[in-house]
Amino acid sequence: MKIIVCVKQVPDTSGKVAVNPDGTLNRASMATITNPDDLNAVEAALTLKEQTGAEVVVVSMGPPPAEGMLREIQARGVDRAVLVSGREFGGSDTYATSQILAAAINKIGVEKEDIVMCGRQAIDGDTAQVGPQIAEKLGLPQVSYAADIQKDGDTLTIKRMLEDGYMTIKVKTPCLVTCIKELNQPRYMSVDGIFECYSKPYEVFDYNTLKDDPLIDPTTIGLKGSPTNIFKSFTPPQKGVGMMLEGADRATCDKLAGMLAAKHLI
Amino acid sequence: MSSYNSAAIEEFKGGVWVFCEQRQGTMMSTSFELISEGRKLADELGSKLYGVLLGDNVEGLAKELGGYGADGVYVCQDALLKDYTTGGYTKAICDLVHEYKPEVLLIGATNIGRDLGPRLAARLHTGLCADCTHLDIDVPKYKDFLRASSTLAPAAIDSIKEGDRNLKMTRPAFGGHLMATIICPRFRPAMATVRPGVMKKAAFDQAKADACEIIKPNFTLTADDVQTEVVEVVKAAKKMVDLIGADVVVSVGRGISKDVETGIKLAEELAEVLGGVVGASRAVVDSGWMSADHQVGQTGKTVHPKIYVALGISGAIQHKAGMQDSECIIAVNKNETAPIFEIADYGICGDLFKVVPQLIEAIKAAQAAK
Repeated sequence: MKIIVCVKQVPDTSGKVAVNPDGTLNRASMATITNPDDLNAVEAALTLKEQTGAEVVVVSMGPPPAEGMLREIQARGVDRAVLVSGREFGGSDTYATSQILAAAINKIGVEKEDIVMCGRQAIDGDTAQVGPQIAEKLGLPQVSYAADIQKDGDTLTIKRMLEDGYMTIKVKTPCLVTCIKELNQPRYMSVDGIFECYSKPYEVFDYNTLKDDPLIDPTTIGLKGSPTNIFKSFTPPQKGVGMMLEGADRATCDKLAGMLAAKHLI
Repeated sequence: MSSYNSAAIEEFKGGVWVFCEQRQGTMMSTSFELISEGRKLADELGSKLYGVLLGDNVEGLAKELGGYGADGVYVCQDALLKDYTTGGYTKAICDLVHEYKPEVLLIGATNIGRDLGPRLAARLHTGLCADCTHLDIDVPKYKDFLRASSTLAPAAIDSIKEGDRNLKMTRPAFGGHLMATIICPRFRPAMATVRPGVMKKAAFDQAKADACEIIKPNFTLTADDVQTEVVEVVKAAKKMVDLIGADVVVSVGRGISKDVETGIKLAEELAEVLGGVVGASRAVVDSGWMSADHQVGQTGKTVHPKIYVALGISGAIQHKAGMQDSECIIAVNKNETAPIFEIADYGICGDLFKVVPQLIEAIKAAQAAK
């Protein structure tokens, strides 16, 4: 059996987010990391590998520098890494991205016992759409927001989180699961793993590799194949500087209460 | 490739649709918010607004949607639709879309909506914008929105062409530092998931609720469509905190670390005086001082109360993303360079353990004087 994990390299938004004067994001000023939810998916796959001896394959779509991220994931113990990279794929929205990743997964091959895993969402786009859209393109059942996964033969029992509780869902393989941080604690890279990762197999799928897949069509990939377009992007105005009240004593509090009352807020 | 709708967007005249999520026979409040917002969009398009309600024995919930503006509700009832399943709900809604061809389809960005939306969009071959916070169709209205909420040059705003009927879906990216308006010009329905708590609920009108039309459409569903089996649905025992609907939110941050118990108690007292609820920053939730349903911010809840009080919260962008649209923000922080003061309407630089008791007294006095 095989577990295919989709991962994305993203800018680290937990630090300072810098915006260019023209209103676009200053990506050069931010470090890149593996998307946090995707690391939970990798960890879940490695846990299942330890239980079942499954082969773990990671797939990422992105520019060539994403190789560094894939090597880091290989150093955690995955067996095979695939980078999907090509100019034809650039400018894709979630629909087009899922189209391309589904074609790449078809190329790797999904069999009866296999599982496809994704993170719930990437921290740069925050859409949470690509996983379910890949599942639809591959015709697989999906379970999103997985906080616990148990495998018994060809059946997975998954705890799927809701805002006000959870559902327990049974699903047969092959299927697609999207993972959240409650699922596990991702392991560190091992020193041996880091030494070995650059000698592990690493493949690149470009447009020519995938072009025979029926999902790959100029009308369904890249900027031209994306149903959604950006109409305008802009930065919100800075809110006018508010009033700092001097003192921090009862007189200050009385003044504030007076102003709130005058505005009919209290 | 399902290209059935790529050529003929003019056929999609079925109006504005809202997926009305119910759980265990109780309507989610975001359904009412979206119906209220959908009413405005339908009026801008000059078309009708329909709710889409799926479940088992849920017809009784439908009329209430009319009270918030729905002209009608498509009700699909089947034992297979009792609990939410991706496969069952996607199949039923796709059947409806193929038959009635809506122009716009809105879904609340709950854990369920964010599972359903992308699956539907992929099957229908259309575009979906995630977690929107602002929607427009009418171009003059959209221009007014840009003038008030963007730093775009007036010339760039004036150059937008009139008369376009695309749904203009605006969403924040990167914690609200960048906003993007997305359109779906070549496919229908234009789909959006909308962040719960962002759209405001309209006033309920009983006469409209009585007039709401119930439509029972044809759809076919078999066990094979469902694909997954729901073994159980567990509701968390703890009471849900109604942060989203509250008029006043008093939030605490890491600044209470000196004496957590007293800090939370002070916030609760202040919230009680103001008639609101207590929220928290992520630092407080991660430290285990309060439960996650109190969390305000990018990964917590988005609130826009009349008054937001930030006690001992530094104001990281992830927090600000969840509360910066509050009408009046009051910040109390020991550090005068805390970023929270950049967006606060009123700032007090001081120790919250000393300031809050005095503030409670001052507000009580002001209320008594009225």
